[in-house]
Amino acid sequence: MNTRTLVMVLYLLFLLIPIYWLLNMSLKTNAEITGSFTLFPHDLTLRNYRVILTDPSWYMGYVNSIIYVVMNTVISIAVALPAAYAFSRYSFMGDKHLFFWLLTNRMSPPAVFALPFFQLYSSVGLFDTHIAVALAHCLFNVPLAVWILEGFMRGVPKEIDETAYIDGYSFPRFFIRIFMPLIASGIGVAAFFCFMFSWVELLLSRTLTSVNAKPIAATMTRTVSASGMDWGVLAAAGVLTIVPGALVIWFVRNYIAKGFALGRV
Amino acid sequence: MQKIQNNKAWFVVLPVLVLVAFSAVIPLMTVVNYAFNDTFGNNEFFWAGLEWFDEMIHSDRLHGALGRQALFSAIILAIEIPLGIFVALNMPKRGFWASVVLVLMALPLLIPFNVVGTIWQIFARMDIGLLGHTLAALGIDYNYTNDPIDAWATVVVMDVWHWTSLVALLCYAGLQSIPEAYYQAARIDQASRWAAFRYIELPKMKGVLLIAVLLRFMDSFMIYTEPFVVTGGGPGNSTTFLSIDLVKMAVGQFDLGPAAAFSLMYFLVILLVSWVFYTVMTAEDEEGQP
Repeated sequence: MNTRTLVMVLYLLFLLIPIYWLLNMSLKTNAEITGSFTLFPHDLTLRNYRVILTDPSWYMGYVNSIIYVVMNTVISIAVALPAAYAFSRYSFMGDKHLFFWLLTNRMSPPAVFALPFFQLYSSVGLFDTHIAVALAHCLFNVPLAVWILEGFMRGVPKEIDETAYIDGYSFPRFFIRIFMPLIASGIGVAAFFCFMFSWVELLLSRTLTSVNAKPIAATMTRTVSASGMDWGVLAAAGVLTIVPGALVIWFVRNYIAKGFALGRV
Repeated sequence: MQKIQNNKAWFVVLPVLVLVAFSAVIPLMTVVNYAFNDTFGNNEFFWAGLEWFDEMIHSDRLHGALGRQALFSAIILAIEIPLGIFVALNMPKRGFWASVVLVLMALPLLIPFNVVGTIWQIFARMDIGLLGHTLAALGIDYNYTNDPIDAWATVVVMDVWHWTSLVALLCYAGLQSIPEAYYQAARIDQASRWAAFRYIELPKMKGVLLIAVLLRFMDSFMIYTEPFVVTGGGPGNSTTFLSIDLVKMAVGQFDLGPAAAFSLMYFLVILLVSWVFYTVMTAEDEEGQP
């Protein structure tokens, strides 16, 4: 084994051991977790997963999370597509400032916005609804989507636009029939990143919900403090939150760097 | 690419503008309102001027949180950037294993922040965690809930675990763009491994490294959930960073005036750094274009 492989194996072990430990715990009984120290489950059980998948107060957390995450992704991509096109093709008054202002929203700490969001959405009667969280997450996801899509659109030569107009396409028809298929991978990547950042965020989604739209992340924190540490169920819930990301990541593996770098690689 | 001058493009950007203004400008105005007023409930406001700012600028609590935050961000950058470059240089370049490595490395990045906290809380506990148990078995006195140094070490290692892959992935993308001919030229010149890194790879990675440094700075500067889940800001105040302190002040104690003044100053720091980031990055973009 050469040093290259050795370095990679060590690094991947460092990444995967904590995840393995979580998975290991989710398959143990609580008696085994607290009673004895074992490297793999001796008494393999699926009870922890059964608890989550049969109790509505648990699995509704996943449903709520998925609802607002999907809403957020759809809204973000829908408004970001035309804007990104404008930024990549036209220069207009104040475009640089606007682009910068969008970036600052990606960079602003959610902690600053938590309380004002709570008051704003309470006053318009949206508190504890899915759309409130979806709109709040637009704060950082719309700028992200605009930046990623703009990066992809810059790669499409402008001659394509001009040829389409000469051929008599109207703007909406050109955009939907010709342009969007050309940047389909870009749309996929932007959607993946919107999905992901909305999925991993906790502070805002927890602040804006109480019962009806409570995300799984918040369900987890509350159960930890209340039920006297049901470690097995906690671990199982954690494993289930990793699954959606792990399922789709294979498709965007070559674009991960581009997405994190806001389309600048 | 030469862009066309057309102010009608504003109409296409309008939805984004409205949406982001709704979720950014309006809340920010509420913060500004609280920062300059004092309230005794019942929606009655009294002009307080710069009182809250004055109070926050001279508060030891804020200085403490800011100091810890700066130290944390510095440690994070000092570890993650070199480690990320090192890992990127060792990643397989192509083929099936390259894809597998990419996916496995990206895995920590996709885990919800509080689950990252939960994973490390479970992993580091003395009684049930692999790390805590192993350290105890080795005779090391380790207890992250009581000892500030151990708490810091846990939070830092957790962040390295969570985000080093981001740096590595960005550097890897930079490395992939280097044509094979550059390495051949280096071999002909009998350049050392170090020289090839210093004069070929590092300059090519400059752009992505810049992004990596600034993303890591930003995100570590506003870190909230992970340390909150693991240590809750403790023991004492030893891992209370800016965001944790701010949420404690605003939501926990409901000291809206000081918290709002704190928010605005926090936001201005972020704004300043974003501006530097943007300026350097657009300069880089223009340089890259022929």
